[in-house]
Amino acid sequence: MNASDPVMAASRPATLTVSHLSVVFGRGASALKAVDDVSFTLGHGEAFGLIGESGCGKSTVLRALAGLNSEYGGTIAFHDREVPHKRDKAFFRRVQMVFQDPYASLHPRKMVQNVLAEPLKIHGFDRPQERIDEILIAVGLGPSFRYRFPHELSGGQRQRVAIARALIIEPELLLLDEPTSALDVSVQAEILNLLKQLRRDRDLTYLMVSHDLAVVTHLCERVAMMSEGRILEEMSAADVRAGRAHQPYTREFLEASVGYRPIA
Amino acid sequence: MAPQPIDQANGRGLKAWLAAPVPSSPFQARMQQLSLKWWRLRANPAAMFGLAVIVLIALVALFAPLVATHDIYAQDLTMRLQRPSAAHWFGTDELGRDIFSRLVFGARITLYIALLTAVIAAPLGLIVGTTSGYLGGWVDIVLMRIVDIFLAFPSLVLALAFVAALGPGIDHAIIAIALAAWPPIARLARAETLSIRKSDYIAAVRLQGASPLRIILGHVVPMCIPSVVVRITLNMASIILTAAGLGFLGLGAQPPSPEWGAMLASGREFILTNGWIAGIPGLAILVTSLAFNLFGDGLRDILDPRHG
Amino acid sequence: MDKPLLEVEDLSVTFKGAHRSVQAVRGISFSVGREKVGIVGESGSGKSLTGRTILKLTPKAATISARKLSFDGIDLIAASERQMRGIRGNRISMILQDPKFSLNPLMRVGEQITEAYRLHHKVGGREAEARALAMLEAVKIRDPARVFRLYPHEVSGGMGQRIMIAMMLIPEPDLIIADEPTSALDVTIRRQVLSILDELVTRRGAGLIFISHDLNLVADFCDRVLVMYAGRIMEDIPARELRNARHPYTRALLDSLPRLDRQTDMLQVPSRDPAWLDGPTLQSGSRA
Repeated sequence: MNASDPVMAASRPATLTVSHLSVVFGRGASALKAVDDVSFTLGHGEAFGLIGESGCGKSTVLRALAGLNSEYGGTIAFHDREVPHKRDKAFFRRVQMVFQDPYASLHPRKMVQNVLAEPLKIHGFDRPQERIDEILIAVGLGPSFRYRFPHELSGGQRQRVAIARALIIEPELLLLDEPTSALDVSVQAEILNLLKQLRRDRDLTYLMVSHDLAVVTHLCERVAMMSEGRILEEMSAADVRAGRAHQPYTREFLEASVGYRPIA
Repeated sequence: MAPQPIDQANGRGLKAWLAAPVPSSPFQARMQQLSLKWWRLRANPAAMFGLAVIVLIALVALFAPLVATHDIYAQDLTMRLQRPSAAHWFGTDELGRDIFSRLVFGARITLYIALLTAVIAAPLGLIVGTTSGYLGGWVDIVLMRIVDIFLAFPSLVLALAFVAALGPGIDHAIIAIALAAWPPIARLARAETLSIRKSDYIAAVRLQGASPLRIILGHVVPMCIPSVVVRITLNMASIILTAAGLGFLGLGAQPPSPEWGAMLASGREFILTNGWIAGIPGLAILVTSLAFNLFGDGLRDILDPRHG
Repeated sequence: MDKPLLEVEDLSVTFKGAHRSVQAVRGISFSVGREKVGIVGESGSGKSLTGRTILKLTPKAATISARKLSFDGIDLIAASERQMRGIRGNRISMILQDPKFSLNPLMRVGEQITEAYRLHHKVGGREAEARALAMLEAVKIRDPARVFRLYPHEVSGGMGQRIMIAMMLIPEPDLIIADEPTSALDVTIRRQVLSILDELVTRRGAGLIFISHDLNLVADFCDRVLVMYAGRIMEDIPARELRNARHPYTRALLDSLPRLDRQTDMLQVPSRDPAWLDGPTLQSGSRA
């Protein structure tokens, strides 16, 4: 599978099609266009990354896609069918999200078992106990973690629970909101490996948002550079590695991401 | 719920069971959490003192017939206004009744009022506050204006108005106090909910397709419970004082009921000559209120991480 | 190299708990001259605590012990709180991660910088203000007179951090401790802020302790790097040789990073050797 070729990727059946997405915060003179005419397509099994600095609108795109913010313009189509602004249960069954901060994304008073049982109950899955054990093994924790509370877990373990929670109802598309930026580098490596493994094993499609170019290009075959609510350009991971950028801003970002070079 | 872990507990000792690094059942996991909190409470002497006093009062109330030394209604005018003595530990009142025994039975009334008020006010405030905070919009506006109206009256005045309308009596006093006690709880729960609803873990359940009812009851309410429990415990003092105040004004418990506020009121005439008649129920109110306050403070330290 | 500014020998920081004590920094030794020294490590490695210990800004529950902790000939262990106040901000200053928490929200930016200067220099208000404006210019703030009058909430993260740097550098300290000064900033702004810090530190010949979790950044920015793990310094290595580090922990950290220059399938997950906990500090590379 030559996934790094954008032409190949686009020719696959589209899982997600975003056309002319725009999100405006506030009204009147103080209105802020957080996302401005963003369009992209995600093929089945692809991993696509949105990259940019804080405030560039990348997380807003993700939240609009997930249905956390239903006030957006443009259309979002899942398998070529437009999804309603108020998402239904069927959508959530197939699209799940992993959040940035594992310390904030788990309910502080719920045991791991209850965190995982809830989505199963909502979507009426059978064999909940077996499924919980299976997913805990799949994310590398094991059934002994069932009766733990979030505060007893490390950041990496929490993020594994959050990934388990997203995957337990077997979605196709996983939205990743900077899933490793709150973690130490060694834990980041574990989580990135896990995400890579899970994608292979479960035939998942990823949409990842990050400010870390190295992380995004490690996981995704295709990335889009965002700035001020717009997508500046789409590149393959190979383009990024080779530094093949067309826009001056993208070039500056690539350069700054490599490390520290004093400004002459 | 889980007989098996209890067997284990007996097998290896409760301590080992509570310290097990990998809990083998949800029950064990919850008990472990609870025991940790208990250890932290143990380290706070003021809170432990408060708890001890509350437990003592509860035990006294529970076993009042055994603890009391005299019939609380039996009048003996020959023995009126006796100083504390071996026969009457806290002396007698103006009708010759034993103050100690009346105090013991009065503890029942006080705790009855306090508990019933808490049982009415806490869930009511919690549900109104979380619903209002989570749903927002016009639901929030309507509910919060109702809360504002209740908050606009001083609680004793509000209680007075209700008792005046419903007629004096202990049950009416409880309803009146509960009606004055829930709005601050609703405010508190709403404020908590406003910060909770923005959190990622609520976003996560929303993305699982959970309904608002499920989110409020299953995810928001559990987060609000600790602060509401703390608040209600700290409010106990004012509830007890309000109850006593109503009793004192003759609008709560009616004579010859040994309610502490009513006892205080009847001792008022003799306060200069026979101070203990008013002083002892007054002291009981003070100690009980103080105990609830001390315990509430300690509870806040262990339940509410922001103040820990 | 001449006599180092800061000498640390066998420094330990212990937290007394109710049941047991925890040693967060365990017998570390290093020295800092007029150079840029990076301290890298993962969370819990004790890197931030080490920085705070130098200023004796540790929490109450912590006890500091060291065979030697001296700054420019002053014994910091024996120094009184009064002496420490004279040193803090004046001779050693600290830049924290988020300027939002370090600037007083109710005071104008300019007043805060002016105050920082007057605290340690007996000069008139006019002169201090002129110094503050010059300092804002030095941290490349375009319109210093306007920024001088702003409140902290009115400036962006990058500008806030530059203001912090101005405030911390205006008393002309000999040693600057920067604890993750750019972690809250975007990459393009990070570069500007680091350039400014670099320039000011180099020009004034001050020493810099740069605490960070970012190995790549430290490798490029600093002269020398201390790699910390579990309260110990694993390796003390010249920054330009960091990528050829010899200590297995340093190597493991480097290998666990996703890289931009080549494609890797699975990343190396560091395995940890309990022997490192008590092992010696590996002195790598040629000593400057």
